[in-house]
Amino acid sequence: MIGLPHYLVVAAILFTIGVFGIFVNRKNIIVILMSIELILLAVNINLVAFSAYLHDVAGQIFAMFVLTVAAAEAAVGLAILVTFFRNRGDIAVDDASMMKG
Amino acid sequence: MALQAIAFYLLAFVTIAAGLLVVSARNPVHSVLFLITAFFSAAGLFVLLGAEFLAMLLIVVYVGAVAVLFLFVVMMLDVDFAELRQGFAQYLPIGGLVGGVLTLEMVFVAATVATNGAAAKNGLPNASPGGVPNTEAIGRVLYTDYIFFFQLAGLVLLVAMIGAIVLTLRHKPGVKRQDIGKQVARSPKTGMTLVQIKPGEGISE
Amino acid sequence: MQTLVTILVFAPIIAAAIAGLFGRRIGDVASQSVTTGALILSCALSWYTFSQWTWGHMEAFTVNLLPFIHIGDFQANWSIRIDALSATMLIVVTTVSALVHIYSWGYMAEDDSKPRFFAYLSLFTFAMLSLVTAADFMQLFFGWEGVGLASYLLIGFWYKKPSASAAAIKAFVVNRVGDFGFALGIMTTYWAFGTIQFAELFPMIQANAGKTWEFAGHVWPLMDIACFLLFIGAMGKSAQFFLHTWLPDAMEGPTPVSALIHAATMVTAGVYMLCLLSPMFEYAPVAKNIVTVIGAVTALFAATVGLTQNDIKRVIAYSTCSQLGYMFFAAGVGAYQAAMFHLFTHAFFKALLFLGAGSVIHGMHHEQDMRKYGALAKLLPITFIAMTIGTIAITGLGFPPLHLGFAGFYSKDTIIEAAFAAGGHNSIAMFAWVIGVLVAGLTSFYSWRLAFFTFNGKARWGHDDHAHDAHGHDAHAHDDHAHDDHGHGHDHKPHESPAVMLFPLIVLSIGAIAAGFVFNGYFVGHHQEEFWRGAIFTAPSNQVLHHAHEVAEWVKWSPLIASLVGLLIAVYVYLIKGDERLGLKLAERKGPLYVFFYNKWFFDELYQATFVRAAKFLGDLFWKGGDQKIIDGLGPDGVSHVSYEVGKRTGKLQTGYLYHYAFVMLLGVAGLLTFALYAFR
Repeated sequence: MIGLPHYLVVAAILFTIGVFGIFVNRKNIIVILMSIELILLAVNINLVAFSAYLHDVAGQIFAMFVLTVAAAEAAVGLAILVTFFRNRGDIAVDDASMMKG
Repeated sequence: MALQAIAFYLLAFVTIAAGLLVVSARNPVHSVLFLITAFFSAAGLFVLLGAEFLAMLLIVVYVGAVAVLFLFVVMMLDVDFAELRQGFAQYLPIGGLVGGVLTLEMVFVAATVATNGAAAKNGLPNASPGGVPNTEAIGRVLYTDYIFFFQLAGLVLLVAMIGAIVLTLRHKPGVKRQDIGKQVARSPKTGMTLVQIKPGEGISE
Repeated sequence: MQTLVTILVFAPIIAAAIAGLFGRRIGDVASQSVTTGALILSCALSWYTFSQWTWGHMEAFTVNLLPFIHIGDFQANWSIRIDALSATMLIVVTTVSALVHIYSWGYMAEDDSKPRFFAYLSLFTFAMLSLVTAADFMQLFFGWEGVGLASYLLIGFWYKKPSASAAAIKAFVVNRVGDFGFALGIMTTYWAFGTIQFAELFPMIQANAGKTWEFAGHVWPLMDIACFLLFIGAMGKSAQFFLHTWLPDAMEGPTPVSALIHAATMVTAGVYMLCLLSPMFEYAPVAKNIVTVIGAVTALFAATVGLTQNDIKRVIAYSTCSQLGYMFFAAGVGAYQAAMFHLFTHAFFKALLFLGAGSVIHGMHHEQDMRKYGALAKLLPITFIAMTIGTIAITGLGFPPLHLGFAGFYSKDTIIEAAFAAGGHNSIAMFAWVIGVLVAGLTSFYSWRLAFFTFNGKARWGHDDHAHDAHGHDAHAHDDHAHDDHGHGHDHKPHESPAVMLFPLIVLSIGAIAAGFVFNGYFVGHHQEEFWRGAIFTAPSNQVLHHAHEVAEWVKWSPLIASLVGLLIAVYVYLIKGDERLGLKLAERKGPLYVFFYNKWFFDELYQATFVRAAKFLGDLFWKGGDQKIIDGLGPDGVSHVSYEVGKRTGKLQTGYLYHYAFVMLLGVAGLLTFALYAFR
């Protein structure tokens, strides 16, 4: 029987993959942005699963807003990436160490 | 119910596999494509839960807008992806370890919540309480209880749009643009000159 | 009377304050006049006090000035005690000090810092006066330290000379060793008797003489321990054997300083203390024996070294050391009165000898090496006569049957007779007697050697062999002043000193001749008991002084014979064979005995190798190892270094890389989750 735990497990694994992608990846900023999208997707799955099993629509509403914000953030993030690329000529994360303390 | 189980496992497997491939793909275009795959299978999962509105929303917004945007940018940036994959294996062990630990913990929490939490008592999932279709259920709440957040979300999008434009707009010198105001405001005095031409002769400047 | 003695004691310090603090403003002449005037006043008042005591039947009294320390049993006061002992010391100190002040007008005439010099001299006098008028150990110790301080300031008066500064430090440090013993002695006394006031202490001693102390499995007699420790203080101050090394180096100071401090007054403080504490010493037989031995050995040691020295001041310094040895062994055998008498006469003729030497040095343009002297009798007549009188006094020439002689005759002979008398039942005293007679001969030899070397024979100061060529000499007292001399452009012949320097010489000569004869009866003779009137205590078993007068005739002649032998040898070597420079040839042979004596029995080298090196090693150990490595290393330096390192390492955490930050966040989340899981199960 497929129950709530199954969805939650899927979301957990996806979340971990997303986080994993952020720090494993050294050479490509775009993959970082995509990993963030994966994280948000995992959160969405969690929200909708709970909404279904708690019989409360609020979860889906929240998921919708998460979606909205994710889109906005992707847009701005990519704009920043474009500027970053224009200044530097490549998108290697390794070189972005000007905040080094 | 076996069909539901098969569908779930298939979709879950595809989602996770796509997610892994997003992170580990060599070519960034491939990464974007795998991301799209992940979104699609997640939408399938939503449908299984009964939240079909959100599933469609996922496809339209995420896949149709965000992922395509990613694709645009990837294509636009002229990246040399031969060097892109160095250093990956270095951090795999420790990252994997921490990730594994995190997953295990989350699974543990999930199991606990699912068996002892409020959701366990409710039986079968129902994403549209009140007996109405899912879209109507969402609509009933969105424009009444959550109208404020709805408007706020709109504002967020506005700000993001303006931000994106501000960040990336450049005025390249030498690009010819139209200035409509100037064009319309042109008068015969500045636009025209009358020249007397003898028949059979042309104009020489 | 009380106000007079108070004025007497405090006049010098007021004058010292005026000259010291305002010297530059009031000028040289005013500073000198204030201090000299104050000293002359003190001197007059001292003689008045002494005469009242000796011939006016004044009673002993103590003026209580101020309380000093009052803590439970420990009561100390500032006071002025007048009795026979202090009255004697008052006239010795103030007379010699006043004469030295007058003398310094001439001797220090070319010096730049006259107000400072005179202020120091008066400061010293005040410290010495407070020492001799002390009514308890605290004031005695105060005066003790005060004269040590003044000695340091005066030895190092020409502080720009490194050897003078080093000598001043040496004097102070060696004195400190003695003072440590002295302080321990005071503490032992307080611990044993519960009081440090002499008036309370002395009556208690007879009853408590047998007190003992258990330590390390032995029973120690307390009186002996206390007196021995106190004697260590006297050893330091009076330059006795083992703590004598500072006295010859102290000759770096100007000659008036040597005359005042290292002849007549400071070095005699030890003897004074011993006689003052006679009630204690009379019940400490072991301590007395130690005193006798040390005194006798000092006398011998100093005489042997003095034989070989070439610097005129050093010969006289060793002579002082030797005579102090006499005083100590006199006190050791129980003849305190004889010790005081010798102190009294010695002050006169030793000050005379030093001031005379100063006159010679002044006349020879600050040349101190006797090998460059000779045939000065005609050129410095008054000095010559004065020094001859002093030499006769120190060698104790006189005629025993008629009991007539110069000052030293009376006092030295009494000491030697007393030693013999005590030697009847104390072999140590007999040892002291033998040494005493031997040293009398040596004293005579080197004293006459000095006199003949300087004043007789052929002139060894050629016109091409000048004082100014001897700049490199260690004997040369002030280089810059020698330059000034030549700036005067006078002829380089030695000349007699000015009247202001000769006047003290004349006064002291009179003292050297007459002091013995006039005061013999009061100090050691028939009137001695009335004179001392309890100031010096002798146990009932101590009849040494009586027996001294009753010894066999040959004993009374023995010191005279020894002196005459010494005189004859000196006459032979330096007068008859003077031109052949026999003495110099003997010296150049550098025989082992000569080398041993000339190098002061290698004491300086011994102390350098043992104490000085050990102290330096300890100092270095604590400084570099303890202070720098441990305290600084764990403290400020260590902490700052550690903070810097930690800061640097922590700074490396900020790599600037996004994925590092993300990883850390992930770690944080994982940790938090783990915590939540286990905290809220």
